Amino acid sequence: MARITAGVASSHIPALGVASDLDKTAEAYWQPAFAGYEWTKAWEAEVKPDVVILVYNDHASAFDMKIIPTFAIGCAEEFQPADEGWGPRNVPVVKGHPDLAWHIAQSCILDEFDMTIINEMDVDHGLTVPLSMMFGKPAEWPCRVIPLAVNVVTYPPPSGNRCWALGEAIARAVASYDEDLNVQVWGTGGMSHQLQGTRAGLINKEWDNRFLDGMVGSSDALRRIPHIEYLRETGSEGIEMVMWLIMRGAMGRETRMLHRHYHVPASNTAVGHIVLEPVDGEVPPTETIEGNSQAAQDLIA
Amino acid sequence: MTQDRDIHAYLAEFDDIPGTRVFTARRARQGYQLNQFAMSLMKAENREHWKADERAYLADWKLTDEQKQAVLDRDYTKLLDLGGNIYFLSKIFSTDGQSFLQAVSTMSGMSLEDYTAMMIAGGRSPEGVRSIKGKN
Repeated sequence: MARITAGVASSHIPALGVASDLDKTAEAYWQPAFAGYEWTKAWEAEVKPDVVILVYNDHASAFDMKIIPTFAIGCAEEFQPADEGWGPRNVPVVKGHPDLAWHIAQSCILDEFDMTIINEMDVDHGLTVPLSMMFGKPAEWPCRVIPLAVNVVTYPPPSGNRCWALGEAIARAVASYDEDLNVQVWGTGGMSHQLQGTRAGLINKEWDNRFLDGMVGSSDALRRIPHIEYLRETGSEGIEMVMWLIMRGAMGRETRMLHRHYHVPASNTAVGHIVLEPVDGEVPPTETIEGNSQAAQDLIA
Repeated sequence: MTQDRDIHAYLAEFDDIPGTRVFTARRARQGYQLNQFAMSLMKAENREHWKADERAYLADWKLTDEQKQAVLDRDYTKLLDLGGNIYFLSKIFSTDGQSFLQAVSTMSGMSLEDYTAMMIAGGRSPEGVRSIKGKN
């Protein structure tokens, strides 16, 4: 049976990708940001996940203003790095896991999370920067990746509560997949940053660190933070942190912290990173008709 | 459960944040053509045409005159007021070879040097810029 073994959260700041691509990570400005990922690189090499469900947001790359899916799951065999205006990053192609991705899509829809299914898309820095931070610069990424794109650009984005509940639905989906797979869920984006207007450059260390504290243990208080609090306290782009809550929801009732890192700045943004493992990975049972229908579940088994 | 149940009250709060334009449906509609134009610069061949003659490239897009001028001026604050979204506008400054740090600093009213120094010193404090009404 597939099992969720760990959760990782990380900023996905594009400048970190540039620093990695241009081998600038030892420079004085970048070194402290990257140093906090060394532990995770060694740990990932040891625990070797088979699949990462990577929650991120597309930054006007795969999706333009024509179509704005709230939750979109990538079911393709592979995903090419996107050209975001300066040519695609020179990083490996991202290999998907279509069978598990389709299973999660179907299971979530029966669970009343109406996912958008994506069969072709390029993936931007939101997805490839976390891979660089956790795996460095290998010739091939060491695992399969299921992209899960969340709209946090056009308002309203999904609520933190909805994101947490989606994480729980993903956990139920993974648990009902027969193949023996070591699965991690990554939530990316944040932490505090504002990329516009006279408040540009806003950083809120106290708030960010309280959020990191809240990811650990058995409290689910973070799911009740309203959008306006993210906007006021963490800048207009801090709303990306709702994506961390999909990961946290998928971890179940209680988590333990394996590693934590916080550094200001990288470009305009606070770098935040945490590695969690489930202590009690139990999630609430599905409450939907189709989720509880053996006939419906047999169809997607 | 976590959101204000009244959509009007939910949206009204966004106007109470100093120096911030939340990308609401109103702005998404106002900036549709502008953002789609910016998006077109993701293709290398389009970037070549754009760099060769910006005005001619813009002529093919249904932007308002005010939006076109703000694009030519690289006036990102104005572009946000006219419905632009920073992630779409990033295709314009990326084509110019500018980083997010460079482009964003132009909206802050600070020089790039001062803005960079502020970020290295820990960034802009949220104190006093959370709410216009609350003055906190």
